[in-house]
Amino acid sequence: MIEARGLVQTFQTRQGKQKTEVRAVDGVDLDVAEGEVVGFLGPNGAGKTTTLRMLTTLLRPTAGTARVAGYDVVHESVQVRRSIGYVSQAGGAFSGARAGDEVVDHGMLYGLQRPVVEARGKELFEQMDLPGLWTRMPKNMSGGQKRRLDIVMGLIHEPQLVFLDEPTTGLDPQARANLWEHIRGLRDRLGVTVLLTTHYLDEADALSDRIVIIDRGRIVASDTADNLKAQVAGDLVDLELVDATLASRAAERLATLTAGRDEVEVDGRHVRARVPRAGRSLQGLLRDLDAAGIGLESIGVLRPTLDDVFLTLTGRSLRDAEAATEATGGADQGDDLQPVSAGATTGAPTTTPTTRGADR
Amino acid sequence: MTSTTTPTRASAAAGALVPGGTPSSFFRESFIVFRRQLRMNLRNPAWVIIGMLQPILYLLLFGPLLEPLIGQFGATNAYTFFVPGMLVQLGVFGAFFAGFSLIGEWREGVIEAERVTPASRTALLVGRLYRDLLQLFVQALILVGLGYALGMVASGTGIVLGVVITLLLGGACAAASNALALTTKSEDVMAPVINMVMMPVLLLSGILLPMTIGPEWLQRASDFMPIRHVVDAVRASFAGDFASSGLVWGAAWSVVMFVLAVWWGTATFRRENA
Repeated sequence: MIEARGLVQTFQTRQGKQKTEVRAVDGVDLDVAEGEVVGFLGPNGAGKTTTLRMLTTLLRPTAGTARVAGYDVVHESVQVRRSIGYVSQAGGAFSGARAGDEVVDHGMLYGLQRPVVEARGKELFEQMDLPGLWTRMPKNMSGGQKRRLDIVMGLIHEPQLVFLDEPTTGLDPQARANLWEHIRGLRDRLGVTVLLTTHYLDEADALSDRIVIIDRGRIVASDTADNLKAQVAGDLVDLELVDATLASRAAERLATLTAGRDEVEVDGRHVRARVPRAGRSLQGLLRDLDAAGIGLESIGVLRPTLDDVFLTLTGRSLRDAEAATEATGGADQGDDLQPVSAGATTGAPTTTPTTRGADR
Repeated sequence: MTSTTTPTRASAAAGALVPGGTPSSFFRESFIVFRRQLRMNLRNPAWVIIGMLQPILYLLLFGPLLEPLIGQFGATNAYTFFVPGMLVQLGVFGAFFAGFSLIGEWREGVIEAERVTPASRTALLVGRLYRDLLQLFVQALILVGLGYALGMVASGTGIVLGVVITLLLGGACAAASNALALTTKSEDVMAPVINMVMMPVLLLSGILLPMTIGPEWLQRASDFMPIRHVVDAVRASFAGDFASSGLVWGAAWSVVMFVLAVWWGTATFRRENA
């Protein structure tokens, strides 16, 4: 469905009189198969949006080629546009216009006849949990409703492939969880291939069949979430001891499950290490600790997160990467510089929300 | 949430699609854009009313000041002189502000959403121009009607020609304003730019007072202002002076400006980072 080779996008930025060239996207190869849901994960300014804009014909690649839905993005851009839906960060429905009017006009620009668009639009309103909002203005909708309306607009011409740019940025946890359900439904019910960008790890984890990680304009990994996590050496075992003086002895015990004593980190009453397949070896460890008379206050076993993956791949945590792009300011020219609501800069929620449909 | 009503992709796409890239699809697309713009304008009637009031106020409150002076301009009828100038002023100045609403739309992702459809980029611009031209046309009707009521003497053909020239100029200014809006993407940048352009246009075009009453150097300076020639042309047209070279030059200028501005506007809608 998507076949990109060596995509490059450079921007000129001006600092005072000095012009510098910024490579926002620096040689991206990307393949997406039909029916896949692919999460495009990276910190702000990594080149996610710029890549998406090249794939959706909004931005001409500086170098490289891409075929989307079987058509070349530069030479067959009209055919590409017919085949894809794109939901940008900013949305697409004017806040002061009626939702239904915006959807109908948008669909008609694809060459669809009014009755067809209206029927399809109203059906999508039902499917996307927007009943009775056909004549409401987006400015009077909740954040979640507005995003679902944007998705309706992106789906109105029944595209085979939908690009979602930061679909849940700025939403509260309940609205996010609700939107996740709908995004899953795109493939399961409508058979649409989905490429979504996000800088939320939990979102990429929860929604995608495959995760493509981009950092500083380059793809650094592409695999399933499980396989990516498997690259991180094991689960994090965190022992909290009753008695801090026993820490070094506990560390020795824990080290027997790892490559060596150096792998174990001691921090006050806490002893931590990454243990491959912790579930299997934990029983023996507990018995061992018990026999040595080392009492435990608590024990934690953490499966690796995508944040760990990002750290392993790039040597930086995702949060540091975000902080770095914010500090350099204009370096991410053109990418993620789209005006987004103020809520967009709030940190990623760390818990996975479980409440469904509560934003109505 | 119903899963039973999901239509098959082929059925909806096959029967209903209008092919793109043809002249008729261009008009269809630009009309969709126009209808949407008009709907939003009518939802905010304050602007419509201000737009209609402008020509009325100018004629009623400024026209009488010209009446005692008109002899010095080498003209006989104050309103035959003043209405064409007013017409051009509305065409230029009203249209210059057309781009501001585009910035709001751009900010909300509307332009991006339109650009991702297969619609012609020119249609996206021209649909917006239809709206500006319609507003200008209605203003022109009010102006001409009121001018007659106040004693303007002008030939029907001259009026039609003058209004057409004005519409071309207005279209050019609206297209340029849209292009400027998509280039600057900021009201704060756009407002001073427009003010900077408007000042010399107002002062050197002879809209309110004819340039011919000024000193030689000022007249020469105004020769470089294309809109002055358009004002002269519309005046000549209203006066029924169809043989004057000024009419030809002004009409030519308005056509040239229209073509250039639409080309520029389309380029900004097409441009990759707009």
